[in-house]
Amino acid sequence: MSDTAIEAAALGKRYGRRGWALRACSFRLPAGRVCAVVGPNGAGKSTLLAHAAGLLRPTEGSLTVLSTSPAEARDRIAYVAQEKPLYPQLTVADTLRLGAELNPARWDGRVADRVVQEGGLDLGARVRTLSGGQRTRVALALALGKRPELMLLDEPMADLDPLARHQLMGTLMAEAVEHGTTVVMSSHIIGELADACDHLLLVSGGRVRLGGPIDDLVAAHTLVTGLAPASDLAPHTVVESRATGRGTTALIRHEGPVGDGWDAEEPSLEELLLAHLRSPDAPPLLAPDTTARQTPEVAA
Amino acid sequence: MVEFRIDRRSGVATYVQIVQQTKQALRLGLLEPGDKLPTAREVVEATAINPNTVLKAYRELEREGLVEARRGLGTFVRRSLGSTPADSPLRGELAQWAARAREAGLEKDDVAALFTSVLDEQFEGDHA
Repeated sequence: MSDTAIEAAALGKRYGRRGWALRACSFRLPAGRVCAVVGPNGAGKSTLLAHAAGLLRPTEGSLTVLSTSPAEARDRIAYVAQEKPLYPQLTVADTLRLGAELNPARWDGRVADRVVQEGGLDLGARVRTLSGGQRTRVALALALGKRPELMLLDEPMADLDPLARHQLMGTLMAEAVEHGTTVVMSSHIIGELADACDHLLLVSGGRVRLGGPIDDLVAAHTLVTGLAPASDLAPHTVVESRATGRGTTALIRHEGPVGDGWDAEEPSLEELLLAHLRSPDAPPLLAPDTTARQTPEVAA
Repeated sequence: MVEFRIDRRSGVATYVQIVQQTKQALRLGLLEPGDKLPTAREVVEATAINPNTVLKAYRELEREGLVEARRGLGTFVRRSLGSTPADSPLRGELAQWAARAREAGLEKDDVAALFTSVLDEQFEGDHA
């Protein structure tokens, strides 16, 4: 198995006159992580996932998955797009049978059947008669049944009820721990993913703004409050600062200990993300083993 | 089999919640030496949290000598945790202190804040 799930080097994608959806996007996602791709609407999350799935070609730069091209890795990847495309005329049972036939070497019917059964779906029902949440369940059953090395899930939980969300996230985590699957999930709601993920890519404005293990990213930042102005916080990198009462509160990347006179706290993941989203000019931060190691050269 | 309840709003790190709940189960006798903790797979399937969070909690419990991982078998309880009896001298002293704090005009929240800040000071640098 490759030690790298996804590696992007200066990846850029332009959609005609809508402009650049991704630009100068570079990062490395080590294998075996459960990664949240978060960012505002239109940030480039879906474009990034579709590139990893091999459905889009980069305008510039390159991207490899499982140390090869997305096309080469196709059998080892499962991708669930936001709109959960399935054949509307097929029944649930036919859809799973199709999954088995398209993935003869890897198919795991037990997990696929279980995911469908847990939702109480009628195997004879046609896909077009299912609700959005039920379709999501079928799409996830197909993805899990494929037993992939890399799972790409674009807003997987958006139309699921809380119980289904909990069940399916639990099943995903169980599969990940059992088979070492890398899971990449996008969402614009961080709370949904915070407990399940150990790795983060914050995408906004078509770039990766933060990348790395969540614990390391949080630990690299400090929330400080004090009476001095933000300009006194050098040499720390100030991501965001605001006046609070007579003083200042700021989110910083600390360089060494924070000086006297500042009350320092570890930020929550949500505080960290919001501060970066409000400050698009803050320099990006990629944790040490998550920068692109080289320009991946792969024959298309 | 113990079950972990993860409270996402508590503000307590998830792995710390698992450590605390395991210790509580040891204190209450719900877990005794030789008992097996649920596997990481079982915990994540039931709680939908990241597997590494469970492993981190189990490593912490192992570091404190409360459990041991046996390769290929699972994680087992090594020793139980004694509880602090209700009539211990420490409790008596604390009760007297709380009474003095109240006489001094402190509100319940003030006393709790004071107690927490002293606790934090005393146990600074320790893990939960």
